[in-house]
Amino acid sequence: MKLELRGITKRFGPLVANDRISLTVEEGEIHGLLGENGAGKSTLMNVLYGLYQADEGEILLDGEATRFAGPGDAMAAGIGMVHQHFMLIPVFTVAENVMLGNESTGFAGTLNIDAARERVREISARFGFDLNPDALIETLPVGVQQRVEIIKALSRDAKVLVFDEPTAVLTPQETDELMAIMRQLKESGTSIVFISHKLREIRAVADRITVIRRGAVVGEASPTATNAELAALMVGRPVELTVHKDPAKPGADALVVRDLKVTDATGHVHLESISFAIATGEVLGVAGVQGNGQTELTEALLGLQAHVQGSVELDGHQLVGKSVRKVLESGVGFIPEDRQADGLVGGFTLAENLMLNRSHGKPFVRFGTIRRKALEAFASDKLVEYDVRASGIEATANQLSGGNQQKVVVARELSRDLRLLVAAQPTRGVDVGSIEFIHKQVVAARDSGVPVLLVSTELDEIAALSDRIMVLFRGKVVGIVPGDTPRETLGLMMAGERPEGIVA
Amino acid sequence: MSTTAKVPVPVTEDDIAESARRGALKAPIVLGIVTMLLSLLVGMKGREGDTSFRFAEPTDFFEIPEITVPSSPSLTLIVILLALCTVASAFLVSRGRRTPLWLVGLFAVLALTGFLCWAAAGETIPVIGLIGGSIALAVPLVFGALGGVLGERAGVVNIAIDGQLLFGAFAAAVFGTILGSPWGGLVAAMCAGALVALVLGFFAITYFVDQVIVGVVLNVLVIGLTSFLFVQLLAKDTEGLNSPVHFEEISIPGLAKIPVIGPVLFQQTMLVYIMYVAVFAVAWALYRTRWGLRVRAVGEHPKAADTVGIKVIRTRYTTLLIAGLIAGAGGATYTLVSVPQFGEELTDGAGYIALAAVIFGRWDPVRATLAALLFGFTKNLAGVLSVIGSPVPSQFMLMLPYVVTIIAVAGLVGRSRAPAADGIPYRKG
Amino acid sequence: MRRKKRGEVPENPETPIEEPAEAPVDEAPKEPSPWRGVLREIAAGNAAVAFLSVLLAVVVGSLMILITDENVRNAAGYVGSRPSDFFNAVGTSITDAYTALFQGAIYNGEVDTFERRIRPLTESLKFSGPLILAGLGVGVAFRAGLFNIGGRGQMLLAGAAAGWVAVSVDLPRILHLPLAILAGAAAGAVWAGLAGLLKARTGAHEVIVTIMLNYVGYYLVFYALSQQSWLQAPGSGNPKSEPMPESALLPKVLGDQFNLHFGFVLALVAVAVVWWLLNKSALGFRFRAVGENPDAAQASGIDVGRTYTIVMVIAGTLVGLAGVNQVLGTVPGGVTQDLDAGIGFDAITVALLGRSRPLGILAAGLLFGALKAGGFAMAAREGIPVEIVLVVQSLIVLFIAAPPLVRALFRLPKQEVTA
Repeated sequence: MKLELRGITKRFGPLVANDRISLTVEEGEIHGLLGENGAGKSTLMNVLYGLYQADEGEILLDGEATRFAGPGDAMAAGIGMVHQHFMLIPVFTVAENVMLGNESTGFAGTLNIDAARERVREISARFGFDLNPDALIETLPVGVQQRVEIIKALSRDAKVLVFDEPTAVLTPQETDELMAIMRQLKESGTSIVFISHKLREIRAVADRITVIRRGAVVGEASPTATNAELAALMVGRPVELTVHKDPAKPGADALVVRDLKVTDATGHVHLESISFAIATGEVLGVAGVQGNGQTELTEALLGLQAHVQGSVELDGHQLVGKSVRKVLESGVGFIPEDRQADGLVGGFTLAENLMLNRSHGKPFVRFGTIRRKALEAFASDKLVEYDVRASGIEATANQLSGGNQQKVVVARELSRDLRLLVAAQPTRGVDVGSIEFIHKQVVAARDSGVPVLLVSTELDEIAALSDRIMVLFRGKVVGIVPGDTPRETLGLMMAGERPEGIVA
Repeated sequence: MSTTAKVPVPVTEDDIAESARRGALKAPIVLGIVTMLLSLLVGMKGREGDTSFRFAEPTDFFEIPEITVPSSPSLTLIVILLALCTVASAFLVSRGRRTPLWLVGLFAVLALTGFLCWAAAGETIPVIGLIGGSIALAVPLVFGALGGVLGERAGVVNIAIDGQLLFGAFAAAVFGTILGSPWGGLVAAMCAGALVALVLGFFAITYFVDQVIVGVVLNVLVIGLTSFLFVQLLAKDTEGLNSPVHFEEISIPGLAKIPVIGPVLFQQTMLVYIMYVAVFAVAWALYRTRWGLRVRAVGEHPKAADTVGIKVIRTRYTTLLIAGLIAGAGGATYTLVSVPQFGEELTDGAGYIALAAVIFGRWDPVRATLAALLFGFTKNLAGVLSVIGSPVPSQFMLMLPYVVTIIAVAGLVGRSRAPAADGIPYRKG
Repeated sequence: MRRKKRGEVPENPETPIEEPAEAPVDEAPKEPSPWRGVLREIAAGNAAVAFLSVLLAVVVGSLMILITDENVRNAAGYVGSRPSDFFNAVGTSITDAYTALFQGAIYNGEVDTFERRIRPLTESLKFSGPLILAGLGVGVAFRAGLFNIGGRGQMLLAGAAAGWVAVSVDLPRILHLPLAILAGAAAGAVWAGLAGLLKARTGAHEVIVTIMLNYVGYYLVFYALSQQSWLQAPGSGNPKSEPMPESALLPKVLGDQFNLHFGFVLALVAVAVVWWLLNKSALGFRFRAVGENPDAAQASGIDVGRTYTIVMVIAGTLVGLAGVNQVLGTVPGGVTQDLDAGIGFDAITVALLGRSRPLGILAAGLLFGALKAGGFAMAAREGIPVEIVLVVQSLIVLFIAAPPLVRALFRLPKQEVTA
């Protein structure tokens, strides 16, 4: 089926999320949609899927204008979507999720679950998936959950399939498998829209590429374009894809982790036998696919996890068993992976956010009372120093863009006297300008002698910043390798395979 | 990279078994505590005299004789049996198995009998009156709890059950009088419950107002409204507005004559029979029909439901309205059964007990019904014991539903999981 | 104790990159003042919404009075033939009702002495005292993200504890009164703190726990009142304690001819303390941080569980003082199991109308106190049931909780969208 979007405009209040976007996807084509975080890709696809109504413009399927009042209409017209955040109900089974909204029923609306099971088996067989229709979604690994999403779309005979940032949760190998599935779908005549901000993947699988920036189409490209060309188009100026840094001058080991084990309240093990050390003036990158224990690792270091065994020593002081406050006071800086959930209080002013982890005493609190003057002076300085674009220190955090929010977090953490910096996904969902700035700050921290633990699921970021790389897989260390280890090797390690000659 | 080694996966079946074992451990612990408490009764406050249990009704096919047992020795015997049950449970758990439900049931019946033996020493317990009365007291709670379960399964927290019961009771009284028919009163009660639900939905679903706030405020509003109208209108014209025709007891031929069960279950008013049907219907609709699947989807993950073309807002409204109809019917039991008259704040917070039953029943219609029956039982037991002059202060018996609910939400007995999107308004985008 | 398990991939809202440099600069005065927030609220139209909500609720209340007024209904029967009768009846009914309300709540010009003329105002202040105290208790908890529906139980236990100290201890006034107040406050603190502790330790939802504790508290107090060895007045069969002794009573503020007692002063002091706590203190900063985003607070070294417990203890203290206010001030005739007089629930509406700000709660408490005093006058003089106040009160809160609804009803401009 041929899909055409003509002049789609979508506004949220004064913000124009999509500005007269036009796009054509031919039958049996994989069309790459490339853009930065926040460029308006997902908004556009939500318009296509009927979740949003466009303010202007029209959608044509095989040349016919259509209107979607909701996702039901879009699906009936043959549009399917594999969502970035899976739209699956964790406590339902695979079959129930696949049938939901499209149920076959018997007498008086009784569910016909057998028909759904059969449908799951049939489509699984077509793609060689091994799926139990009666498994609960919450028990399945994310890669498998994504396949359930694909089956869900195909069970409704989707002719146009949208993949929204589908590789964020996959290993490089799983990404390759997904691309094979996409090609197989294409062979059978399905049109595919592949949304990503990852240049490499778009180039590998797309037939044509449309680039959008700030809500508008800025150009088309062919997959033969270079990374630099695509990046420049995406960002609107030439971009340095590498980070300049001098060779590390590591000193003595500052953070020493031995035999760390993290379990949750139900006894489920998230991390086991984790041992590593970071020296002063060194960046240790933690690579791995999302959900292999990175979150638990950073939280365990900070004292945010309840069930931690083993030893974490910072400059010879034990951190395990200490409260978060004590850990922070011993000089640990923390950039959490989800700034809106864990880093900032959205309704607080920037000044208040800048004192968030220093509410127990000096320099901002005296006799239990907040020292407004001192806080305001400090906040004003930091907004300038860290290039935070905001109306002032009284602006609230949720009024800022992702990049500026993250700079507030970075400013707060780096303005303390640090003995260790734990940075989890420091540039996720951040514009390229802020990425460059934050990367420079991380390198500067390292050069001033602070040991840095950098967690990222973006292999490029790990490769750019790390002096050594530790790979996690299913809660265990696969190996610790030098910073210049080839991508292919890291990719294999992220899938749990330990190449010869590497010790854990 | 010729040879590769798989890193062993730390997350295994063992971990899951481990957490299951911790859950299973709770059963013998709770049983042990109850056994200890009862044995303390024997030791500290032993009571002289005999306890009689009366089972018979004159209309039965045959008569079960009254059973009379000596209080203290029976209690001692029962404590021994309870200890055996506890040991059995502990043994099974140590072997990695769960405590079977029949064992827990047996334990509960034994413990209760033991408690009654002690509490009613020298007196006679009318067993049929005790259980039958419990059902009568539980009827509004069951209706309210069913309504609560439905609403919460669709993602709308319903604190306003009490308001629905009260408004239902009011409407049933007024329209039961004006129309001269209990059925008219029942329909009016259901509409009143649905009306409260509609207002709740209007603010909570359409205007995203915090559902707890709306619920609490609605309860106050209904109290104010019904009390105002009662004083202003009903009290001035009891004859014309507040003397509804009530439902008569109907004996089901045959079934009603079975000893014990008959008079308890099958000599009731129409509302109780409607309740039986409602429990079954809600459970079936929720788990076996397309509608139920969609309701549960909307309560767990509304956005996912939206993306497969389910109308989230509409589903929530319809579910809430049906829940309101059911809860309203519960209100009718106050004014169309035993004391056919409305009075100010007639429900006396019963809606909050129904809410407790929803949580104690883990958002499941059948379990919530059982919880409501249990709460009705404790309330009735409190009344019966205070009539026969037992040493247990009725206040402590009446406190019981609330205490067990606190224990339940504190996760001390089993883990209860609310629908994931319970209480969260759905905003598009 | 983490509140939630995060999803695999964090939210990544697709909002276009802003141009914050061009965002309008907030023209707030340089010196931080307590009035800045108020000014901003008025500018944002929130005050207008509050005013219109009250207006709407009063209109609905008036309609209810009219519909149930016999004269109006009789006149409506022949409105076709003599409409003037109908409108006269409407006018009379409404005028009488609001005259009674005003004269019962603020100022009664129809009586002879000045003291009797301003007496209604002092009655309103008397009623607003416990509303403000309990409203602060609910509001403080709100700011930390907790919904304290347990006002009833906290007041009951506080009242019972204060009453117990009052009747069973014999001390000079200078010690007796403070001790009784302290006992009441402590009992309220413990009862609410229990809910906070359970939330902190087990994650038990405070809404459910506080509701259930209301009933547990009710039956506990009921039990105490029916036991001679506890609170029951000697030789009595009723669930009621002895009257409070003189040495434990809150003294009158304006002399004995007015009922206004020091409970109201206590409420004013509490407003000031809570204002400092929430706006100036580090502890209040942590309350608000936990209320807005407990996960970020936790990650910033704030002990969320401890904060929940502390805030509930403070909330319970404030609500407890409302209970003390009742037992030792407003109804000194003895502790009963309905000493809370619905204030525990009224407090929720006070806190909501006051938007959980201390000064807002003060204003809302004064308004509802006046409504209460006026409501009693309406009931006495016009025979309009006092429950009309409950209706108006809950309608105000419903409307105020849904600003878009009020804006739509009055066709006010929409609020500026903030990104």
